[in-house]
Amino acid sequence: MSKKVEFVKNAAGRRVPTMVNGKEQVPFKGVGKHRPSGNKAAPPIASCIDYPADGNKVVESLREALEKVGLKSGMTVSSHHHFRNGDLVMNQVFDAAADMGMQDLMWFPSAAFPCHEPLIKHLDSGVIHHIEGSLNGPLGGYASEGKMKGLAVLRSHGGRWQAIQDGEVHIDVAIIAAPTADALGNCTGDRGPSACGLLGFGLADSIYADKVIVVTDNLVPFPCYPWQIQGQNVDAVVVLDKVGEPEKIVSGTTQLTRSPDRLYIAELTAEFVRAAGIMKDGFSFQAGAGGTSLAFAIYLKEMMKAAGVKARFIRGGSTKYLVEMLEEGLTDYILDGQTFDLEGVRSMRENPGHINTSPFTSYNWHGKGNFASIVDAVVLGATEVDVNFNANVVTHSDGQMLHGIGGWQNCLTSKCTILPIPAFRDRIPVIVDEVTTIVGPGELVDVIVTERGIAINPRREDLLAATADSGLPIRPIEELKAEIDDLIGGVPAKPVFTDEPIGVVKWVDGTVIDTIFRVKS
Amino acid sequence: MNTTFQAGPRGDRIRSDCQVFYTPGTTTLDIKVTCKAQVLFGASVDGIVRETLQKLNITSGTVEVQDFGALPWVIMAQVETAVKRAHPDLEVDALPEFKEHARYTSSRERFRRSRLYLPGNQPKLFLNAGIHKPDGVILDLEDSVPPAEKDGARLIVRNALRALDFFGAERMVRINQGELGFKDLEAIVPQNVHCLLLPKIETADQVRAIDARIAEIQQREQISEPVFLMPILESGLGILNALEIAQASPNTVALAIGLEDYTADIGTQRTLDGKESFFARSMLVNAARAARIQPIDTVFSDVNDEAGLRASVQEAKELGFDGKGCIHPRQIRVIHEAFAPAEAEIEKAKRIVLAADTAAEMGLGVVSLGSKMIDPPVVKRAERTIHLAVESGLLAEDWKADEGQGA
Repeated sequence: MSKKVEFVKNAAGRRVPTMVNGKEQVPFKGVGKHRPSGNKAAPPIASCIDYPADGNKVVESLREALEKVGLKSGMTVSSHHHFRNGDLVMNQVFDAAADMGMQDLMWFPSAAFPCHEPLIKHLDSGVIHHIEGSLNGPLGGYASEGKMKGLAVLRSHGGRWQAIQDGEVHIDVAIIAAPTADALGNCTGDRGPSACGLLGFGLADSIYADKVIVVTDNLVPFPCYPWQIQGQNVDAVVVLDKVGEPEKIVSGTTQLTRSPDRLYIAELTAEFVRAAGIMKDGFSFQAGAGGTSLAFAIYLKEMMKAAGVKARFIRGGSTKYLVEMLEEGLTDYILDGQTFDLEGVRSMRENPGHINTSPFTSYNWHGKGNFASIVDAVVLGATEVDVNFNANVVTHSDGQMLHGIGGWQNCLTSKCTILPIPAFRDRIPVIVDEVTTIVGPGELVDVIVTERGIAINPRREDLLAATADSGLPIRPIEELKAEIDDLIGGVPAKPVFTDEPIGVVKWVDGTVIDTIFRVKS
Repeated sequence: MNTTFQAGPRGDRIRSDCQVFYTPGTTTLDIKVTCKAQVLFGASVDGIVRETLQKLNITSGTVEVQDFGALPWVIMAQVETAVKRAHPDLEVDALPEFKEHARYTSSRERFRRSRLYLPGNQPKLFLNAGIHKPDGVILDLEDSVPPAEKDGARLIVRNALRALDFFGAERMVRINQGELGFKDLEAIVPQNVHCLLLPKIETADQVRAIDARIAEIQQREQISEPVFLMPILESGLGILNALEIAQASPNTVALAIGLEDYTADIGTQRTLDGKESFFARSMLVNAARAARIQPIDTVFSDVNDEAGLRASVQEAKELGFDGKGCIHPRQIRVIHEAFAPAEAEIEKAKRIVLAADTAAEMGLGVVSLGSKMIDPPVVKRAERTIHLAVESGLLAEDWKADEGQGA
């Protein structure tokens, strides 16, 4: 369908639409330039008059719950992604909505996964109008082809909280899939057959949505304690046989990379952190669950042990490797945003040093500070980085929109942002002239670590000076790029884009930093 | 005329490589390219295929290419392989540009602690091999390449030697035995190969025959850089002829042992403590030392057993070996660490080298340390220990500055 869209050039030099899905947009103004005004959004005032005095909010089915909370066509339905690719709830929710004859719903997940491919039929039939959230897998492909009616709006985890609390996205009905809950709606992710560790990505939904439905397969007598979501925000509780597939929610053991190149990159990254003087008593770092990040943590752990250094805190996504560091006394705390394996879930449940955090405490830019900027070093991935250190995590060099942002943008405010990435994947270079999509502005990306050398952002004179005599292979980014371009036989062709946007990328302050256009077929 | 000739890997998990299907024809030339990253490389691959065919004087037929992110020189090799499978007598080659970074030289005396085996038909494993800093990379045409892939692997290895940067590693190729090996020489010798590994050598004559063929090719191609040889002894006969083999050519820089085949040849199996191969390894060390070349131990094949590898290198070092083979980049560092001299060895070597310096300054013919006379081979050995210590990062290059030179 044709979309008449007006564009302006934002502070990153990118063409961005002034309206997205019927809402007026603020173009990106630069890092730290946009200051919001006004008050936060809030749900309607509720009264105990309308809720059972015995605290039993259990209803028979999803459909009954949706009817009870008054779902109507055109509403926004939200969900969290702590069940990752093992979610069994959201497909059923939209099946029920379709049975009720709903149309033009907006799905607002914190992320969608390949398991949500069945929702394509509801997009085709108009039950779902569009999705605003990280699109991984087939739904990303669907949107990339321009088939979705509205634009995909890609936000970071912190940006999603910001959009909800600032009223940019109003959630009519929040669905909180919960591994364990009581009849009042108190619920938690750290127990039950579908245990996922925590429920932080659903916390804003529970606070700001007009109506909240908790869906569980493990109903326990009141009180479900400790709880992560408060029953006082919940309208109805639904009990299903099974809400998730445990083996797809968390892995039994997180896979460490076996690639010698990736291991080398991980080791170089750890050596950089040590050489730059970041690894010292009381420091902090964040590393995700990707194979290279995990390996980084393991190398760093050995260096910390050898040097007798202890961290004050490590930011999760937690894995058994971080749990081991906590249990071996190499850190006082894990501040965890999501749990990736069973050891992480166990530790979250048992260890008082393993702390449950939310996007509000960790990432939200429109708060009175957050954890992300306190972290000394963060290790992140990227699909592309350009010679100005701008980085991309949502599209590939061929223009396909395939990944969500996650907490990536939020983490960029750490004191040292390091991207350990292979210099090329097959024949595709990772360092390019200009990223296909700007997700992170270059001024916030400090270091690129590849198997062919380390490039430090020239803005970080301190890091350049600190590592000048380290013996590490520190090289100008242009030189690395030239070496790879020579290896792969020249710069690859670029995709040709239509003028039809398929999605926008929000910056952490809610402004639009870039547009994803449909590739000309 | 409708037979299709195929080159490249089969299966469905192909990376950094391509499949080529060539059907000879008589009229038009049809080229069809499908790339995993079509938008980025479709046109590029098409151009590479056309240029390669042009170099091979192919002007008709059908060429279909399925690309999975192959680098240009890999595409060229696979196209050439498919074409030559159809036209075995074709005399022309399609050579990629000889890159400046592929022209560095080696030396007789260089360290050969680690040599990384890379199967010749798996170019994806070559691309970053050099960044792991092995002393040598071995592009293998022999046992790791199945018989039906020998021709293709030869062209991939040839092209890799021209195109890839191995970052200072000695550029080694293990050729095949017999006639196949001579074919390998024709393709490989002109490509600045530093050292050839000769498998299953049993007699000095075998080495001399290969050496003579290399000399012919060098003369024809006007190559002045030497091509070093490392015969691999893998049988009882080879071991018993070790000294003759070691002395067969002035180009021989090392003798290596291959224990899988050796133990089978003498009618036994490899065991953990390795007493079945003690004689062979010791014999090889003595023969190599007698010929003033480097004795090199076999590979350690359990990639996940780091402790086992370390112990194995330690044992090899104690037997007198200078190097060890490896099959995974992760083994390289362990090997280098285990071959690194111990602190006491370094201290002793420093004293000997300083004493030799003093003797030279004073014009003395005899080096003495305290009341003991030091023989020249011991001095040489000490110098090598120092060199190894520097290479292993255990000693600063300018260590003498800190030692109160001449004291």
